[in-house]
Amino acid sequence: MNGLRAASLDLGTLLLPEIMLSVGAMFVLLYGVFAPEGVVSTRRAHLLAIVVTLATAAAAAMLANQAAPLGAASGPLAWDGFRWASVAVILLGVLGSLVMAMEYNEGAALSAPEPPALVLFSATGMLLLVGSRDLMLIFLGIELMSLAIYVLTGLDRSRAGSAEAALKYFLLGAFSTGFLLYGMALVYGATGTTNLTQMAAVIESRTLGTDPLLVGGLALLFVGFSFKVAAVPFHMWTPDVYEGAPTPYTAFMAAGVKTAAFAAFARLLLDGLGPAYASWHYAAWVLAAVTMVVGNVLALAQQNVKRMLAYSSIAHAGYLLVAITSRSADGVASLVFYSLAYTLATIGSYCVLSIVSGGIEKRTRLTDLAGLARTRPALATAMAVFMLSLLGFPVAGGMGFFAKWYILRAALNSPTPQIKLAVIFVLASVVSAGYYLGVITTMFMKPPADDALPSRGVDARLTGGVVAVAAVLLLFLGVYPSPAVRWARASTMPMSPARAVAAPTPMQALAPVNSQPMLP
Amino acid sequence: MLSSTSASQVIWLVPLLPFIGFVVNGLFSLLPAWRGGTDGTTPASRRLTVSAVGVGVMVLAFAMSIWLATQVAGTGNAVTSSLGEWIGAGSFHVDWALSVDQLSVLMMLVITGVGSLIHIYSVGYMADDAGFARYFAYLNLFVGFMLMLVMGANLPVLFIGWEGVGLASYLLIGFWFGDTANAAAGKKAFVVNRIGDFGLLLAMFIIFVNMGTLDFATIARDHATLSTPLVTGICLFMFLGCAGKSAQLPLYVWLPDAMAGPTPVSALIHAATMVTAGIYLIVRNAALFSAAPVACLVIVLVGALTAIWSAMVGLKQWDIKKVLAYSTVSQLGYMFMAAGAGAYTAAMFHLVTHAFFKALLFLGAGAVIHSMHHALHATHRHDDAQDMRNMGGLLRRMPVTGALMWIATLAIAGIPPLAGFFSKDAILSALAERALESPLAEASLGPVPGRLVLWFAYGVGVITAFVTAIYMTRLMRYAFHGQFRSGADVETKVHDAPWVLRGPLVVLGALTLVGGWLQLPTVLPLGRTGALAAWLEPITGRAATLLTGTGTLAHETEYLLIGIAVAVAIAGIAVAFVLLKPQALTTKDAAPAEHGIGLVLANDYFVDTAIRRGITEPVVAVSRKVLWRGLDLGVINGLLVQGSAQTFRVISAFASRAQVGFAGSYVWAIVLGTVGLIGMFALGVGR
Repeated sequence: MNGLRAASLDLGTLLLPEIMLSVGAMFVLLYGVFAPEGVVSTRRAHLLAIVVTLATAAAAAMLANQAAPLGAASGPLAWDGFRWASVAVILLGVLGSLVMAMEYNEGAALSAPEPPALVLFSATGMLLLVGSRDLMLIFLGIELMSLAIYVLTGLDRSRAGSAEAALKYFLLGAFSTGFLLYGMALVYGATGTTNLTQMAAVIESRTLGTDPLLVGGLALLFVGFSFKVAAVPFHMWTPDVYEGAPTPYTAFMAAGVKTAAFAAFARLLLDGLGPAYASWHYAAWVLAAVTMVVGNVLALAQQNVKRMLAYSSIAHAGYLLVAITSRSADGVASLVFYSLAYTLATIGSYCVLSIVSGGIEKRTRLTDLAGLARTRPALATAMAVFMLSLLGFPVAGGMGFFAKWYILRAALNSPTPQIKLAVIFVLASVVSAGYYLGVITTMFMKPPADDALPSRGVDARLTGGVVAVAAVLLLFLGVYPSPAVRWARASTMPMSPARAVAAPTPMQALAPVNSQPMLP
Repeated sequence: MLSSTSASQVIWLVPLLPFIGFVVNGLFSLLPAWRGGTDGTTPASRRLTVSAVGVGVMVLAFAMSIWLATQVAGTGNAVTSSLGEWIGAGSFHVDWALSVDQLSVLMMLVITGVGSLIHIYSVGYMADDAGFARYFAYLNLFVGFMLMLVMGANLPVLFIGWEGVGLASYLLIGFWFGDTANAAAGKKAFVVNRIGDFGLLLAMFIIFVNMGTLDFATIARDHATLSTPLVTGICLFMFLGCAGKSAQLPLYVWLPDAMAGPTPVSALIHAATMVTAGIYLIVRNAALFSAAPVACLVIVLVGALTAIWSAMVGLKQWDIKKVLAYSTVSQLGYMFMAAGAGAYTAAMFHLVTHAFFKALLFLGAGAVIHSMHHALHATHRHDDAQDMRNMGGLLRRMPVTGALMWIATLAIAGIPPLAGFFSKDAILSALAERALESPLAEASLGPVPGRLVLWFAYGVGVITAFVTAIYMTRLMRYAFHGQFRSGADVETKVHDAPWVLRGPLVVLGALTLVGGWLQLPTVLPLGRTGALAAWLEPITGRAATLLTGTGTLAHETEYLLIGIAVAVAIAGIAVAFVLLKPQALTTKDAAPAEHGIGLVLANDYFVDTAIRRGITEPVVAVSRKVLWRGLDLGVINGLLVQGSAQTFRVISAFASRAQVGFAGSYVWAIVLGTVGLIGMFALGVGR
């Protein structure tokens, strides 16, 4: 715990984004106390939260270009490209969710100023999670993030499904947290430190890679994180919770929690536990393979789009695990790139759902999208882009194609090439076409049902704006991906070398792409 | 006079001009106002614009070709131009390059010269057609591609032209696509040509793989590095391409059907120019072919067989255009005999004279059809305007056309001093000369000595000349002499063609009269002898010597050969006059059924039927029953696509039941997963 001694740390700078977000969240809460009840206050609280998010993003962007402050080199908080890139992706998701929530909550009569504060608190946890280089901070981040999400899930007290989802999520989350904490304790017991940098050094110098205590801790850490990222077989809460939670918070969960948890998981495995790669890589391999296959196959049977997207998000967790398993700088870059593409497509598609359902949660069935191309052609086109992006379709799917392509290349160019995993990855993606394209055929080739479009009492113009921005960004970065590729390549983090595995050549996979921005 | 550097800058204009014509007239044809009105005709003013564009670009291209010919004649060198790299992939480099040498410019003069005449003729012939602008667009398109074909400095550029003229041919054969038969004829031409193109492509691949280049000049220079079997293979594949494009056995079946197109198209594409592209390709690669005697003997043999095969069919055709079509196939056989025997000058000579007299015959036949059609139309008759049995005595009604066609008939029969006599004699005497003594005679085609093949070809050539004289005289007698058989009311409506049709006929008639002076044999010094041979010497001189050696025929022998050729021609005409009885003919509808050998010949040996029964129908049946219903619908769609989708859907639905919704069972899943993970870590699986 000596790493947390404040004397040697410039905590004010290191934690500035987290401080800004949490202070902002408190302001929103205070506003909620004094503001009169009603739609106007809700809207203002959301706007306040959006301003706080934007300010935090601006601060993070500034910090990203600054020299690392005192204590950043090996302290509990990282100061590297990976952190700032993850922060950017998370804040993007937060922004989209807040805009969506502002209009959704009016429609669903969830009028209250507190939810945006909860979103900000949860985002604080996420930011802490992606920046921390210490087991204790990671735990703190996970809990901060999760507790607020539990509440957001059960926000819609008028719906039994919402409450049920919240309770399930809370119970199972608490259960899995036990594993996580136990695993951390065992790893601490084996290495005598909670700091990832020191942990790597200790494992390296004392050749602890196969130490029973460490391996046991690793197993339990895998359980805890697998639950958070929804890897099979720890995924079972996901469909129920995604379906039950109000749509904006489902989007928030799908985009933010996944990005943050994966960032922390990647840092933990590649930095702190990198020297024990031989011990954990097979487990990661199996988790990735099973998650991709099960997630995609189960998604095929879903009739509810939110539920389908939940299984889809499980499958995407599998894809991201492939990036981690490849254990290289390319893998990290592809993880960041994929997170951005995934966040844009996910936020966008939930926004479309939010608009189509008009705040009525029952209206998120696949059949409710029938004939959308005729009634709302622009919306249907955007939804098609999101689906194709999640599928990884070239050009029309925008960034999604490159996202998958980079993970594939990272897996194949890894110091220990993951050829079988790459094959499973591609085949699982083929299966996913079954349900992503199903959405498109429903929208474009089926006639609208008589009751398909409910009268929308809410103004969803801003949500529509989010849809447009997400779709345009996806398409633009799909045709001209070099800015995103450069950005992803810059998002490095320190990685400890694995024993008996050659150090990866940095950027070997993405290098040619930079000179040729068009399709490879 | 401009220098040859500026010549290389303007040679692109020659193919570009017809392409411009294509674009302009093509755009016109898309405008509804420029299409035919309710009566089917295009307004006269618009027809004038279209004609001016269509004919204008041709005349300009012809003028430029003449100028280029003077350039080539002046310097003796080829005019070349490259627009830079077209394809660059690894070691594969192809330039957009044109090269105009003595051979190309000869072809260009034929294409643009005869082409201009046929364009002018078309102005009158197609005047009543609703697709007037579309017709000229296609015709210009054809000329543009044909020029690319003969001007290309490498095989890929030639291949663009090669495929392009195929496309134009397809479009023009099926020009009146409202009739399914015409569309089918176009399709047939295209498909049969694809078989040949496949051979040409293979030849190109083999050349590139072994030589790393596709430039004609480089191939001609460096082909010695290739082994003889390889060169033979290349030449045979290339000849397959020629056989498709130039309608040789067994790929000739498309040409008779191609007569479905407008008659000027038959004259330009299916007699004078496109079908001679195969001859051009062989002469262009003379260096390559002369290094493969076996391939050359194959070409001689195929040419000879084709010549007699289709000449016999010509004896029993009633459609005036069909006679000419089979005649064309037969005459192309002569050209291949010559090209195969290394008599490249004779092949090109016959190509040029054939372009003159066969274009004349087709255009004359077109004038007859045009006139007959109008006469039948005016009298509300629905008889066949192309069937010779419905004609007779037309010479009285159409004296100019009849006289000109008689000139062409005597030329193709080989009567001196018409163009066909000289060129056919050049081929026959070249064959005899090589059969007597030449390296080619020493080579052998499998067990058959080359000498035998050449003598066989000579014999066939003589017999074919006899048959040619018969079927052409038959055509003339049935169409132009005796009594008109379709009734007096129709006869009075038949008139000689208007001048816009007759003008080109007269020019072609003049060319048919004097064309022989291009290449006079030494034994008949009626002017400068061997002019064409001297002109082509830089291109084919060395290659020709390789196959023929240096021996020449004794003058007595040559006189004997000329005597034989003239004798069979006169005998053929005489036989036709003695044996045929036009007065016994009845109209097509009243004609008795053919039987015996006549039935076989009238139906082209039932080749089409055999192909349909033996190839087309089995292929269609296998495609339909096995490949489509069985493989595609059954295995691929049913089993693989639908089957896998259904399988996954069932698995998915089944597995979804594990999602019962109870938090307790989820906890169990977590516990099981944890046990699995701990087990995996503890056992060190994969470590």
